[in-house]
Order: sequence, then structure tokens, then C-alpha cells
Amino acid sequence: MTRHIIPLDIVAKKTSAPAGAGCAAKSCGTDTAGSDLPPEVWAKVKDHPCYSEQAHHYFARMHVAVAPACNIQCNYCNRKYDCANESRPGVTSERLTPEQAVHKVAAVAARMPQLSVVGIAGPGDALADWRHTFETFDLLSRQFPDIKLCLSTNGLALPDHVDRIRELKVDHVTITINMVDPAVGEDIYAWVFYDHRRHTGREAARILHERQIEGLRRLVEAGILVKVNSVLIPGINDAHLAAVNETVRGHGAFLHNIMPLISDPAHGTRFGLDGRRGPTPAELKQLQDHLGGGARLMKHCRQCRADAVGLLGQDLSQDFTMDRVAGMTVEDRPEERRLYREFVERERLDREQAARVAERGLSAAVTVPPLLVAACSRGGGRVNQHFGHAREFQLYEVDGAGIRFVGHRRADHYCQGGHGEEDKLEAVVKALDGVSVLLAAKIGSCPSDRLKAAGITVITDHAYDYIETAVAAVYRSHRAAAAADGQAMAQAS
Amino acid sequence: MAYKISAADCTGCGACEADCPSKAIRMKGDVYAINPDKCTECVGKFDSPQCVAACPANCISHA
Repeated sequence: MTRHIIPLDIVAKKTSAPAGAGCAAKSCGTDTAGSDLPPEVWAKVKDHPCYSEQAHHYFARMHVAVAPACNIQCNYCNRKYDCANESRPGVTSERLTPEQAVHKVAAVAARMPQLSVVGIAGPGDALADWRHTFETFDLLSRQFPDIKLCLSTNGLALPDHVDRIRELKVDHVTITINMVDPAVGEDIYAWVFYDHRRHTGREAARILHERQIEGLRRLVEAGILVKVNSVLIPGINDAHLAAVNETVRGHGAFLHNIMPLISDPAHGTRFGLDGRRGPTPAELKQLQDHLGGGARLMKHCRQCRADAVGLLGQDLSQDFTMDRVAGMTVEDRPEERRLYREFVERERLDREQAARVAERGLSAAVTVPPLLVAACSRGGGRVNQHFGHAREFQLYEVDGAGIRFVGHRRADHYCQGGHGEEDKLEAVVKALDGVSVLLAAKIGSCPSDRLKAAGITVITDHAYDYIETAVAAVYRSHRAAAAADGQAMAQAS
Repeated sequence: MAYKISAADCTGCGACEADCPSKAIRMKGDVYAINPDKCTECVGKFDSPQCVAACPANCISHA
């Protein structure tokens, strides 16, 4: 008997208007819930949790760590450091051979019908020693033709491999581009190994930049969707990332993902040892808001480990170590994945309708400043998680103009140094800086009081509702209260 | 005439093995090792020894 690692009921509970009953996909006139994309592009991204914000509520991905070698040295990276509790790129607990990777994918797929994407993201560079990467993709595409493949690279070796990437039907490629000016790049990269030589300084950054742009251009020409990741490094490229955004958009990048620098002396990275700090959530949001009109911005990135498994934000990699996987049965059930995808198609239409209804009630003569609302969710786009189980919070901004997903905040981003429940709660309060309302399925009285003391209103009335429905209701009552206050003030004066 | 990998610092990434023109590098346990009989220090092939230039851990030096 196979146990489902992510219980399917998390998305199915309390479906108020059963999807398909009265609003079947075809009768609503659209198959492309939530999408303003051309149909062929939507078909590529709709099940990919990293390329579609909507998909990340439903679908799981996994990274297989078959690529330990790297061909450049970034000042924010040190792959020697490995901690099971840590989530950041470049970190993994095990390296796999292509055969082990396929076995691991089979073990996960048998237990997780939500699995839609297998990616190779290191722990080094997927294309530095490309042999393992392509052998893995080749094996996977034969055994799991319905699972999408994607890879992540620094781009240095990319132009040499675009044809092979296309042949293997890798639809999605992520390039990490932190600069488009070698004068900026020389402070980010210690060296690159290219054309049989180690290059340093501005020359290294120039080579990397030229290769990245050539790779991006050729991928776009080949019809492959490209996501560009940029690490926001305060004091080095914070003022420069608008130029990066403009450049990659100009070359046809599909998505741009600005990621905060993760920096800690304990990681042994150059930036960590130098005491360079990562950006605050406010600084990240300010930049994202500033780039509002640019390329599509990804705001739901979790900066995954190179061996991450599961829904974004709910890493289950420790349940699938090679020790554990070795003893697992691996009977593939493609039918379960197909049924799950059909279920999601209905569910997302239902959710989209609910969101439309929710937003309809927002605009009014009385406007109040935008409200920042945090939701505890374990998937399905619903408020369905106990506060005590939440390791991260989905953030939504709401005002008269609508509801906008603005990102997530984590309370345990990596080893915080804190111990015990009290420290953890303080870390959560800190992570929720600027948030006015917290939505949870349930919460204990002690944490609820602590949040209240920090000025955060806790609401559990919307348990299992769609997040948008709950956020809209919160905003309406907030606005009504503000209007009533205003009237009381007017009468009093 | 050969280079040597410091086993204590090697991360086992395999960048050296991929770039060695003499096929002198093999996995030994969890880390890589250079066969001194095969290592040519890349003399006559490249300006610098490829394993040294490629190693992200900077853990390869003269034996």
C-alpha cells in the first residue's frame, strides 16, 4: 500500500461550490484559468510550480542532485556547508548518480501524484559537467514522459548545449543573472573557468555576461521558456537590477525572479565572512514594486535546496534520502497523476471564480490604505493550516483595486540560532513585520495574544476558505470599521 | 611530476575529473585522486594544469 506523502484532502476540503457542478471547464468558456498568456505558453507553465504562481498551490517539484561540479565561484556560494534544516540553493545532503536519481524520482512519483516537474539545479552547475545532467534527463524522459524537465544554470556553458536541451524537451531553463555590467560583476564573482583557463576580475565577469546573454537569446529562439534569477545584493547590485530586468526582458525572458541574498558567516561564503547583509523584506518588495512594469516578476520563489522535494515551501527532502528511498517500492502510477491534474483543472477554475467574486466587492467610494494580510496555507490556495504548523506565510496586499499576491515570509529560513517555542514565536513576529491581519485555520491562545500585542489581528473564521475569499472579507470589514470610526469622529466633533 | 588532491578539502564534485585531458583522475571513496603515473601536469597541452584551474575547493597542488 502506498502512502501519499502530501494528503490529497488539503485541497479538497470544503469545496463550497463543487467544481464541475454547474461550472464545468468548457461551459465557462475558458480552459485557461487565471491566465492572460497565449494558450501554448499556458500549457507549458500551468503545472509548473515555479513558473506559475497559481500552480505552486497545487503541484510539487523535485530537484535531483546529480551535478556537483561548478565552473564559476560566486561570492555568495559555498557548497561545502550542508545542513538538513537549511533551504538555500547549492545545498544538498547527497549526490546522486543518474540511475539513483531515476530511482528517487520513481519513489517520489509513486507517493506524490502532485509531482509535475523534475529539475536539476546543482548542487553545482547543471551544465558544468553536463554528462550526468543529460544522462539523467534522457532516462527520465523515457520512464516518465508526462513529467516536465527543467534545469538551472549560471549560463557559462549554456550556449554549447542549447540544441541538446531542446532535443531532450526541457521546456524550462533558469539562468542566474546578477549583472549586465562587468564592473558590477567583478564584485560578485571570484573567478570563472572557461576555455581551459581560470579568469578573474572584470574579465571573468565580462565572459560570464556575454555567455549568459548568448545562452538566453538562443534559448528564446528555440522556443524554450527562460526564467532569470537575480540575487539582490545590497550595496553591490541593488541599484543595478532594474537594468538587468530591462535587458533580460529585451531578450525575451519569460520570468524574472529577484531573490534576497542569503548571507551568514557560518556558511563560509565570501559575502558571509565579509559581513555583507541580505536585504530586508521591505527592500525586496520596494525593488519588486519598482519593477512592476517590467518582465513578469516571480514572487513565490523559495530558494530551494538542490535536493528539494514537495510543494514549494514544504520541503520533504529528508523523507527521501537515498537510505529511505532504497527500501521503497516504486510502482509508477501515471493514472494518479493524470487524475490529479484533472482535479486541479476543476479546482483552479473554482478558485478563480471565487477570487473574481471576492474582488467584485472590493471597490467602493470609501477607500482606505492597502492592507497586508498573511495566510497560513498548506496548499490548494486555501486558509487550511494551523498557525503552529506554519513554517511560512503567504502574503497578500489588498485595497479597493484588488488582491495582489506579494510573496511569502519564512520564520525558519535557515538555522536562526533560536531554541524553544518562545524564540520561535518572536522570530515569527519579526517575520510578519508590517502585516496587519493573520489568517489561520486554528491558533492557540498564547501565540494569538502575542500576535495581538504586536498589533496583528488574528482571524480563524475563514478556515478552509480560498485565500482570496478570506482576504476580501477581511478588507471589507476593515473598511466598514474605518468608515464607522470616521462617522463616530464626525458626530463627536 | 604530478599534482595531488588534498582529500580533506576535496568536496567530491568531479570538476577536475571532467577537465583532466590525461584521464588521470578517478573517484576514490568519497573524493577524487590523481594517478601520478598518468598526470602530465598538462605540459604541452594547456597553459595551466586544468584540475588546479577548475577546482572550486582550491585543493589541488604540487605533490
